[in-house]
Amino acid sequence: MDRFRMIFQYFQSNSESVMNGICGLLALASVKMYTSFDFNCPCLPKYNMVYGLGIMFLPPMALFLCGLILNRQSLVMLEEWKRPTGGRKKDLAIIRYMCSSIMQRAMIAPVIWIIVTLLDGKCFVCAFSGSIDPEKFVEFANATPTQTQLLLSKVPCKDDELMKNHPARKAISRYLRCWSQALGWSVLLTLIMAAFLARSLRPCFSQAAFLRTRYWSNYIDIEQKIFDEACCEHTRDFAHQCILHFFESMQREIKLRSFHVPREAEVGVKEEDHLRGITDQEQMNKLLTSWYYCKPPLDVSQATQRQTVGGERPSMPWTDSLSNRGNEPQKGKTSRQTDV
Amino acid sequence: MDKFRMIFQFLQSNQESFMNGICGIMALASAQMYSAFDFNCPCLPSYNLAYGLGILLAPPLVLFLLGFVMNNNVSMLAEEWKRPTGMRQKDPAVLRYMFCSMAQRALIAPAVWISVTLLDGKCFMCAFSTSVPVEKLGNRSFTGLSEKEMRKILARIPCKEIYNGQELVAREVAARYLRCISQALGWSFVLLMTMLAFLVRALRPCFTQAAFLKSKYWSHYIDIERKLFDETCTKHAKTFAKVCIQQFFETMNKDMGLGHTHSPEKVPLEEGEEKEKLLGITDQGTMNKLLKSWHKCKPPLRLHQEVLQNGNNWQGESQHHSHTSLPRKEIVTYYSKV
Repeated sequence: MDRFRMIFQYFQSNSESVMNGICGLLALASVKMYTSFDFNCPCLPKYNMVYGLGIMFLPPMALFLCGLILNRQSLVMLEEWKRPTGGRKKDLAIIRYMCSSIMQRAMIAPVIWIIVTLLDGKCFVCAFSGSIDPEKFVEFANATPTQTQLLLSKVPCKDDELMKNHPARKAISRYLRCWSQALGWSVLLTLIMAAFLARSLRPCFSQAAFLRTRYWSNYIDIEQKIFDEACCEHTRDFAHQCILHFFESMQREIKLRSFHVPREAEVGVKEEDHLRGITDQEQMNKLLTSWYYCKPPLDVSQATQRQTVGGERPSMPWTDSLSNRGNEPQKGKTSRQTDV
Repeated sequence: MDKFRMIFQFLQSNQESFMNGICGIMALASAQMYSAFDFNCPCLPSYNLAYGLGILLAPPLVLFLLGFVMNNNVSMLAEEWKRPTGMRQKDPAVLRYMFCSMAQRALIAPAVWISVTLLDGKCFMCAFSTSVPVEKLGNRSFTGLSEKEMRKILARIPCKEIYNGQELVAREVAARYLRCISQALGWSFVLLMTMLAFLVRALRPCFTQAAFLKSKYWSHYIDIERKLFDETCTKHAKTFAKVCIQQFFETMNKDMGLGHTHSPEKVPLEEGEEKEKLLGITDQGTMNKLLKSWHKCKPPLRLHQEVLQNGNNWQGESQHHSHTSLPRKEIVTYYSKV
């Protein structure tokens, strides 16, 4: 158990690790699914191709969609893409980076399914047994075309009466499996070559831009998490306060009817602080709407200056084009935007 | 469990150890892949050689490239090679060392595959069954077969069930002959690889040991520096997000005219702590400049300059920012009247 906890903690350490972990699990699940799936070739002339190609391509599509669904980052990316601009400009490079990283991870399990399918060979033999050239195999010289087609389509079925002892069955099966395995290895080699080139050549192009997009996409992810945590905390304190007030009001009613001295409910200073002044439903709704419609600009340099009593705003030591956020009241959508 | 944790931590301790671990896993995976792979010789004259050699050589290539792909140092090597010189000179010896160490590790899994394949013998038998010396092993003058026919028959040697040339050359004899050659090749290959590894290891200290120590140190340094930079960026992003959200809540507060403020003593303390963690980088533009500068102009490998000139790490564009955003230090002197 300790071992699992350690491995679990390692993968949880950041969201990229979590995604790598999920990716690996999906890949293993893909292999396990293939081995436990009971492949059942119909051995009929037109059905073979449909069944074979269906088994080769439909489960990968399902696995791909699974990979997209299980990835938390897809939601973050969609949100970033679709949000109104508000106080923070959108950077398409970040969205592209997130999209490509999501796609790469989601593609692993489908690719593994296709490669395992090809290396195993059953699917390929089933799909293409009707398409081989009967002249390569002398045993079909005396059969009519329809008969040949029927016999060929029965090649994948070892126990079929017609083909059980046919001399060409094993040869055809072997021939097709050989092609299937060659195709599988070629696909694997091509993909690994592409991955290798992508990995080694990427730093040669726009490394600075890459560092930037990686940092900000990580930032967006972390910000979303922290915002959710802050809201959770707020919810808890809000609920607590709500209930305390309810009890207080009940006590007051009781006090009016009888002569008990109510105990002063202790309002935790700490909790009030956590509520940060947001103390009713409408205010919270306004805050959440504002978070979506008008995300704050990426500038936290004016923190202490905001808190002066009387609302004075001292002039800043340096002003640049970036933001003078404190000077105008915040509306739903503002025209000022921070430059990327 | 403790032992496992210790091993895990040891392997994680630096990139090289981690890669050794991955290397071992890939070697085992390579052997496992071979035994799980269902070898299927086509037993047709021209296909045999292609299939056999393909299975002998394509998976090792895949494993070799996979060894590079799994190694984080590949992008680090490319980055170090392609970066602008900035304030830090590039050392080709370090790059060569990194490349050699990566290539050596990536070669292990392919070598295991090739050895296992040759020692098992199926692949070799499939590829070279048509080249069996019929004069030595069988009955060449049997029924005056044409070359093509003979090749067709010989191609079926690996396939027990369909072999029909028992009179030409006994299948068992040919199979044994081919397997014997295959295993001899396999053991020679293993011996050669081991000998090479031994020579490289034993003789290297005789040449340029000092330069080797230097390259090893600086390549570890580059690796650790990159990791620490990524960690620092992540920590910074976390703190940035926290402060950003705190300020957002406060602004909402203010805009809704609620007039609630934290107790004034608390604010500077909390915000001050968080601001310290931000290391003076408090807006998007500055962060972007920092990241660009990290690539275009890495800092020199000279630490004493930092103490003398506060925050002189990134020269050029962001100099005035770093100067004004660092907290001022107070110096107090005491005089004693003795």
